[in-house]
Amino acid sequence: MNIEWVHALWGGALIGVAASMMLLLTGRIAGISGIVNGLLSPVRGDIAWRLCFVLGLLAGGALLPIIIQNPFSGSLATSDWSVGLAGLLVGFGTVLGSGCTSGHGVCGISRLSPRSMVATAVFVTSGILAVTVLTNFGFFQ
Amino acid sequence: MKSGFSALIVGLIFSLGLGISGMTNPQKIYGFLNIFGQWDPSLMFVMIGSILVHSISYQWIKRRPSPLFGQWPIQADRKITPRLVFGAVIFGCGWGLAGYCPGPAIVSAASLQMRPIIFVGGMLGGMFIFKILNLKVLRP
Repeated sequence: MNIEWVHALWGGALIGVAASMMLLLTGRIAGISGIVNGLLSPVRGDIAWRLCFVLGLLAGGALLPIIIQNPFSGSLATSDWSVGLAGLLVGFGTVLGSGCTSGHGVCGISRLSPRSMVATAVFVTSGILAVTVLTNFGFFQ
Repeated sequence: MKSGFSALIVGLIFSLGLGISGMTNPQKIYGFLNIFGQWDPSLMFVMIGSILVHSISYQWIKRRPSPLFGQWPIQADRKITPRLVFGAVIFGCGWGLAGYCPGPAIVSAASLQMRPIIFVGGMLGGMFIFKILNLKVLRP
Protein backbone atom coordinates (compact mmCIF):
# COMPACT_ATOMS: atom_id res chain seq x y z
CA MET A 1 0.00 0.00 0.00
CA ASN A 2 1.19 3.49 -0.96
CA ILE A 3 2.74 5.30 2.07
CA GLU A 4 0.65 8.42 1.41
CA TRP A 5 -2.49 6.30 1.70
CA VAL A 6 -1.28 4.97 5.05
CA HIS A 7 -0.72 8.54 6.29
CA ALA A 8 -4.16 9.51 4.99
CA LEU A 9 -5.73 6.59 6.86
CA TRP A 10 -3.95 7.37 10.16
CA GLY A 11 -4.54 11.10 9.88
CA GLY A 12 -8.19 10.36 9.10
CA ALA A 13 -8.42 8.11 12.16
CA LEU A 14 -7.06 10.99 14.26
CA ILE A 15 -9.76 13.28 12.82
CA GLY A 16 -12.31 10.62 13.81
CA VAL A 17 -10.87 10.56 17.34
CA ALA A 18 -11.14 14.36 17.57
CA ALA A 19 -14.75 14.35 16.34
CA SER A 20 -15.58 11.58 18.85
CA MET A 21 -13.97 13.49 21.72
CA MET A 22 -15.91 16.62 20.80
CA LEU A 23 -19.19 14.70 20.91
CA LEU A 24 -18.39 12.80 24.09
CA LEU A 25 -17.03 15.80 26.00
CA THR A 26 -19.28 18.66 24.88
CA GLY A 27 -22.12 17.05 22.90
CA ARG A 28 -21.27 19.25 19.93
CA ILE A 29 -20.58 18.45 16.28
CA ALA A 30 -16.96 19.09 15.25
CA GLY A 31 -18.03 21.04 12.16
CA ILE A 32 -15.41 23.66 11.48
CA SER A 33 -17.44 26.03 9.29
CA GLY A 34 -20.25 26.06 11.84
CA ILE A 35 -17.89 26.68 14.75
CA VAL A 36 -16.23 29.60 12.94
CA ASN A 37 -19.51 31.05 11.67
CA GLY A 38 -20.83 31.14 15.23
CA LEU A 39 -18.15 33.71 15.99
CA LEU A 40 -19.64 36.13 13.45
CA SER A 41 -22.97 36.24 15.29
CA PRO A 42 -21.67 36.00 18.84
CA VAL A 43 -24.05 34.83 21.56
CA ARG A 44 -23.12 35.38 25.19
CA GLY A 45 -21.58 32.26 26.74
CA ASP A 46 -21.12 30.63 23.33
CA ILE A 47 -17.90 32.34 22.23
CA ALA A 48 -15.03 31.06 24.39
CA TRP A 49 -15.19 27.39 23.36
CA ARG A 50 -15.29 28.39 19.67
CA LEU A 51 -12.21 30.58 20.08
CA CYS A 52 -10.48 27.78 22.01
CA PHE A 53 -11.20 25.34 19.19
CA VAL A 54 -9.76 27.70 16.55
CA LEU A 55 -6.77 28.31 18.82
CA GLY A 56 -6.28 24.52 19.02
CA LEU A 57 -6.35 24.30 15.21
CA LEU A 58 -3.73 27.05 14.94
CA ALA A 59 -1.57 25.46 17.68
CA GLY A 60 -1.68 22.17 15.75
CA GLY A 61 -0.69 24.05 12.61
CA ALA A 62 2.30 25.51 14.43
CA LEU A 63 3.34 22.04 15.68
CA LEU A 64 2.89 20.21 12.36
CA PRO A 65 6.26 21.20 10.79
CA ILE A 66 7.96 19.53 13.79
CA ILE A 67 6.02 16.29 13.33
CA ILE A 68 5.96 15.84 9.56
CA GLN A 69 7.93 17.17 6.59
CA ASN A 70 6.48 20.04 4.56
CA PRO A 71 2.90 19.94 5.85
CA PHE A 72 1.97 23.10 3.94
CA SER A 73 3.57 22.46 0.56
CA GLY A 74 1.77 21.99 -2.70
CA SER A 75 0.04 25.29 -3.36
CA LEU A 76 -1.76 25.39 -6.71
CA ALA A 77 -0.47 27.39 -9.65
CA THR A 78 -3.22 29.99 -9.42
CA SER A 79 -3.39 33.66 -8.51
CA ASP A 80 -3.96 35.13 -5.06
CA TRP A 81 -7.25 36.70 -6.13
CA SER A 82 -8.65 33.32 -7.16
CA VAL A 83 -7.75 31.97 -3.70
CA GLY A 84 -9.61 34.90 -2.13
CA LEU A 85 -12.62 34.25 -4.38
CA ALA A 86 -12.49 30.56 -3.42
CA GLY A 87 -12.54 31.59 0.23
CA LEU A 88 -15.65 33.72 -0.38
CA LEU A 89 -17.42 30.82 -2.10
CA VAL A 90 -16.44 28.38 0.66
CA GLY A 91 -17.55 30.76 3.43
CA PHE A 92 -20.89 31.55 1.79
CA GLY A 93 -21.56 27.99 0.60
CA THR A 94 -20.78 26.26 3.89
CA VAL A 95 -23.11 28.53 5.85
CA LEU A 96 -25.91 28.25 3.26
CA GLY A 97 -25.42 24.46 3.17
CA SER A 98 -25.00 24.16 6.98
CA GLY A 99 -21.63 22.43 6.92
CA CYS A 100 -18.35 21.56 5.28
CA THR A 101 -16.08 18.54 4.90
CA SER A 102 -15.88 18.01 8.68
CA GLY A 103 -19.49 18.65 9.72
CA HIS A 104 -21.19 16.86 6.80
CA GLY A 105 -18.38 14.67 5.43
CA VAL A 106 -17.04 13.22 8.68
CA CYS A 107 -19.58 13.80 11.50
CA GLY A 108 -22.77 13.64 9.43
CA ILE A 109 -21.91 10.54 7.41
CA SER A 110 -20.72 8.79 10.59
CA ARG A 111 -24.17 9.20 12.13
CA LEU A 112 -25.81 8.20 8.82
CA SER A 113 -27.53 11.58 8.36
CA PRO A 114 -29.28 11.66 4.94
CA ARG A 115 -28.79 15.46 4.80
CA SER A 116 -25.05 15.13 5.23
CA MET A 117 -24.80 12.28 2.72
CA VAL A 118 -26.57 14.41 0.11
CA ALA A 119 -24.46 17.48 0.94
CA THR A 120 -21.20 15.49 0.72
CA ALA A 121 -22.17 13.86 -2.58
CA VAL A 122 -23.07 17.31 -3.96
CA PHE A 123 -19.93 19.18 -2.85
CA VAL A 124 -17.60 16.41 -4.02
CA THR A 125 -19.38 16.33 -7.41
CA SER A 126 -19.29 20.11 -7.63
CA GLY A 127 -15.58 20.12 -6.72
CA ILE A 128 -14.85 17.50 -9.40
CA LEU A 129 -16.73 19.57 -12.00
CA ALA A 130 -14.92 22.77 -10.97
CA VAL A 131 -11.48 21.13 -11.15
CA THR A 132 -12.26 19.40 -14.44
CA VAL A 133 -13.59 22.53 -16.15
CA LEU A 134 -10.80 24.77 -14.82
CA THR A 135 -8.10 22.24 -15.75
CA ASN A 136 -9.43 22.00 -19.29
CA PHE A 137 -9.33 25.78 -19.62
CA GLY A 138 -5.67 25.70 -18.52
CA PHE A 139 -6.40 27.50 -15.25
CA PHE A 140 -3.97 25.49 -13.10
CA GLN A 141 -0.86 26.08 -15.22
CA MET B 1 -13.85 26.34 31.43
CA LYS B 2 -14.17 22.59 30.88
CA SER B 3 -15.78 23.05 27.46
CA GLY B 4 -13.10 25.58 26.50
CA PHE B 5 -10.25 23.26 27.43
CA SER B 6 -11.98 20.33 25.70
CA ALA B 7 -12.40 22.41 22.53
CA LEU B 8 -8.74 23.42 22.61
CA ILE B 9 -7.53 19.81 22.85
CA VAL B 10 -10.02 18.62 20.21
CA GLY B 11 -8.91 21.44 17.88
CA LEU B 12 -5.28 20.44 18.37
CA ILE B 13 -5.88 16.74 17.63
CA PHE B 14 -8.14 17.60 14.69
CA SER B 15 -5.43 19.85 13.31
CA LEU B 16 -2.71 17.19 13.57
CA GLY B 17 -5.03 14.71 11.85
CA LEU B 18 -5.66 17.16 8.99
CA GLY B 19 -1.92 17.76 8.55
CA ILE B 20 -0.83 14.12 8.79
CA SER B 21 -3.54 12.98 6.38
CA GLY B 22 -2.45 15.47 3.70
CA MET B 23 -5.54 17.70 3.79
CA THR B 24 -3.38 20.82 4.25
CA ASN B 25 -1.74 20.19 0.87
CA PRO B 26 -3.90 21.80 -1.86
CA GLN B 27 -2.28 19.60 -4.53
CA LYS B 28 -3.72 16.55 -2.78
CA ILE B 29 -7.21 18.04 -2.85
CA TYR B 30 -6.72 18.91 -6.50
CA GLY B 31 -5.50 15.37 -7.23
CA PHE B 32 -8.50 13.86 -5.45
CA LEU B 33 -11.03 15.99 -7.34
CA ASN B 34 -9.26 15.52 -10.68
CA ILE B 35 -10.85 12.13 -11.41
CA PHE B 36 -10.76 12.66 -15.18
CA GLY B 37 -7.03 13.44 -15.06
CA GLN B 38 -4.34 11.93 -12.85
CA TRP B 39 -6.55 10.83 -9.97
CA ASP B 40 -4.97 10.68 -6.50
CA PRO B 41 -7.25 8.57 -4.29
CA SER B 42 -5.45 9.26 -1.00
CA LEU B 43 -8.11 11.59 0.39
CA MET B 44 -10.60 8.76 0.12
CA PHE B 45 -8.55 7.06 2.83
CA VAL B 46 -8.93 10.14 5.04
CA MET B 47 -12.70 9.74 4.75
CA ILE B 48 -12.48 5.98 5.38
CA GLY B 49 -10.25 6.43 8.46
CA SER B 50 -12.30 9.20 10.04
CA ILE B 51 -15.72 7.69 9.33
CA LEU B 52 -14.62 4.24 10.49
CA VAL B 53 -13.53 5.60 13.87
CA HIS B 54 -16.37 8.04 14.38
CA SER B 55 -19.24 5.84 13.19
CA ILE B 56 -18.23 3.19 15.75
CA SER B 57 -17.71 5.68 18.59
CA TYR B 58 -20.97 7.47 17.72
CA GLN B 59 -23.01 4.34 18.36
CA TRP B 60 -21.49 4.12 21.80
CA ILE B 61 -21.55 7.84 22.70
CA LYS B 62 -25.18 8.43 21.67
CA ARG B 63 -26.39 5.87 24.27
CA ARG B 64 -25.21 8.14 27.07
CA PRO B 65 -27.87 10.23 28.83
CA SER B 66 -25.69 13.32 28.33
CA PRO B 67 -22.18 14.30 27.19
CA LEU B 68 -19.55 14.59 29.93
CA PHE B 69 -19.97 18.38 30.11
CA GLY B 70 -23.36 19.94 29.30
CA GLN B 71 -26.43 18.58 27.50
CA TRP B 72 -27.22 16.99 24.17
CA PRO B 73 -28.33 19.69 21.71
CA ILE B 74 -31.86 19.68 20.30
CA GLN B 75 -32.19 17.57 17.15
CA ALA B 76 -31.24 19.64 14.12
CA ASP B 77 -33.24 20.04 10.91
CA ARG B 78 -33.40 16.77 8.96
CA LYS B 79 -34.94 17.96 5.70
CA ILE B 80 -33.01 18.08 2.44
CA THR B 81 -33.63 21.66 1.34
CA PRO B 82 -32.63 23.71 -1.73
CA ARG B 83 -30.39 25.71 0.64
CA LEU B 84 -28.47 22.57 1.58
CA VAL B 85 -27.93 21.59 -2.06
CA PHE B 86 -27.08 25.07 -3.40
CA GLY B 87 -24.77 25.66 -0.46
CA ALA B 88 -22.93 22.42 -1.17
CA VAL B 89 -22.63 23.32 -4.89
CA ILE B 90 -21.07 26.71 -4.04
CA PHE B 91 -18.79 25.20 -1.40
CA GLY B 92 -17.59 22.51 -3.84
CA CYS B 93 -16.67 25.16 -6.45
CA GLY B 94 -14.54 27.07 -3.93
CA TRP B 95 -12.98 23.84 -2.64
CA GLY B 96 -11.89 22.87 -6.16
CA LEU B 97 -10.76 26.39 -7.04
CA ALA B 98 -8.22 26.73 -4.19
CA GLY B 99 -7.83 23.21 -2.79
CA TYR B 100 -8.80 24.33 0.70
CA CYS B 101 -11.80 23.60 2.88
CA PRO B 102 -12.32 25.53 6.14
CA GLY B 103 -10.35 23.34 8.60
CA PRO B 104 -7.16 22.82 6.58
CA ALA B 105 -7.16 26.52 5.61
CA ILE B 106 -7.19 27.66 9.25
CA VAL B 107 -4.52 25.08 10.17
CA SER B 108 -2.37 26.24 7.24
CA ALA B 109 -2.79 29.89 8.22
CA ALA B 110 -0.60 29.08 11.24
CA SER B 111 2.30 28.76 8.78
CA LEU B 112 1.84 32.51 8.06
CA GLN B 113 1.91 31.78 4.32
CA MET B 114 -0.12 34.31 2.32
CA ARG B 115 -2.43 31.92 0.44
CA PRO B 116 -4.21 30.30 3.40
CA ILE B 117 -4.47 33.67 5.15
CA ILE B 118 -6.09 35.19 2.05
CA PHE B 119 -8.41 32.17 1.87
CA VAL B 120 -9.48 32.44 5.51
CA GLY B 121 -10.06 36.19 5.04
CA GLY B 122 -12.25 35.45 2.01
CA MET B 123 -14.06 32.73 3.94
CA LEU B 124 -14.93 35.08 6.82
CA GLY B 125 -16.05 37.61 4.18
CA GLY B 126 -18.31 34.99 2.56
CA MET B 127 -19.83 34.09 5.91
CA PHE B 128 -20.40 37.79 6.63
CA ILE B 129 -22.05 38.34 3.23
CA PHE B 130 -24.34 35.41 3.99
CA LYS B 131 -25.25 36.92 7.32
CA ILE B 132 -26.20 40.26 5.71
CA LEU B 133 -28.14 38.62 2.84
CA ASN B 134 -29.89 36.25 5.19
CA LEU B 135 -31.08 39.14 7.32
CA LYS B 136 -32.07 41.48 4.50
CA VAL B 137 -32.93 39.42 1.42
CA LEU B 138 -33.54 35.75 2.07
CA ARG B 139 -35.78 36.34 5.09
CA PRO B 140 -37.33 39.80 4.62
